[in-house]
Amino acid sequence: MEAEKEEKERESRRKTVPALFFTFLKIGAFTFGGGYAMIPLIQKEIVEKKKWIADKDLLDVVAIAESTPGPIAINSATFVGYQVAGFWGAFFATLGVALPSFVIILLISCILRQFESIQIVKYAFNGIRAGVLALIIRAMTSMYRQCPKGLFSYVVMFAVFLLVAFLKVNVLLVLIGCCLAGIAASLLAERRAKA
Amino acid sequence: MIYLTLFWTFFEIGAFTFGGGYAMLPLIQAQVEAHGWLTSRELIDFIAVSESTPGPFAVNVSTYVGAETGGVFGAFCATLGVILPSFLVILFVARCFAKFQSNRFVKGGMSGLKPAVVGLIAAAVISTGRTVFFPAGISAAACLSFAFLSSLLIFAVMLLLSFKKVHPILIILLSGACGIGAGYLQRYV
Repeated sequence: MEAEKEEKERESRRKTVPALFFTFLKIGAFTFGGGYAMIPLIQKEIVEKKKWIADKDLLDVVAIAESTPGPIAINSATFVGYQVAGFWGAFFATLGVALPSFVIILLISCILRQFESIQIVKYAFNGIRAGVLALIIRAMTSMYRQCPKGLFSYVVMFAVFLLVAFLKVNVLLVLIGCCLAGIAASLLAERRAKA
Repeated sequence: MIYLTLFWTFFEIGAFTFGGGYAMLPLIQAQVEAHGWLTSRELIDFIAVSESTPGPFAVNVSTYVGAETGGVFGAFCATLGVILPSFLVILFVARCFAKFQSNRFVKGGMSGLKPAVVGLIAAAVISTGRTVFFPAGISAAACLSFAFLSSLLIFAVMLLLSFKKVHPILIILLSGACGIGAGYLQRYV
């Protein structure tokens, strides 16, 4: 009964699919840097203007986007789209958020190579590379801040750093290892808490 | 079959990115270099382009690598590949996300993956630093070159600015201007 009602509600929401597409198209076109930069825009467009989801549910969006694989922007778009209008909502929200990037980068890829041979551009990129390094370091510190602190975390951080930076171990294997280690550590902690 | 390779490579990258953005950098670096799609220098240059254009880094980089190696259809395959794991996983999770969030295996896995991402980005800092400061390999002579010293200075200033919450696009513009200044300084002084 409950499921039937839910399905009916979704049916009525199918009308919102085109609006979802255009809203996420707008979000995709105006989010620079991707990921978390998108959350305030989602809040403004989806929560405040369209009222498709409640403010408190936005926290769920962020939490889900963080704890599933894939880019935050794509995860959030798919999740919001699904919540609002089911599968096709998810499909068109995701398409909308990715389309501006896709088109803009396609255009850029046609001209970037030609720019690269200009001397002044070469000089600029020599400086820009140093700036990008600074940006990556900032990204690292903000990820560090979000990370749970403790001996286990520090050991994982350091081990991953050594394995990937110097021993050139396959990143996928390292990530699978960390995931299993995290599960093992938390199960162990659980058992210890019970005993 | 380049299209299938592009699709599969970026599918893998999409499936193993946690936390988004730069967390996937070591993975992308390893893959594009192994396939000979981009050099590490080209990848760093593209990060700057990606920061200054709208959209998520993952989509930008997959579209670019795809377009460079396989044209428009290559770009499509790579981008589809990077998006698909997210899409499928979220479709699945959205049905039962309350259970998903409190699941002890998900929680445990995340407690291992979160610090792993920090370590991964730290590894990307090392490899990026090598490309920025020692493009011709690490040597004592390189440490005294004008290029090294000017890069070091620009890096130090930009790091300071980025911790002062200066916008990434402004950082890129400023460091570009500094690079142009340093280039002409070296040429004419």
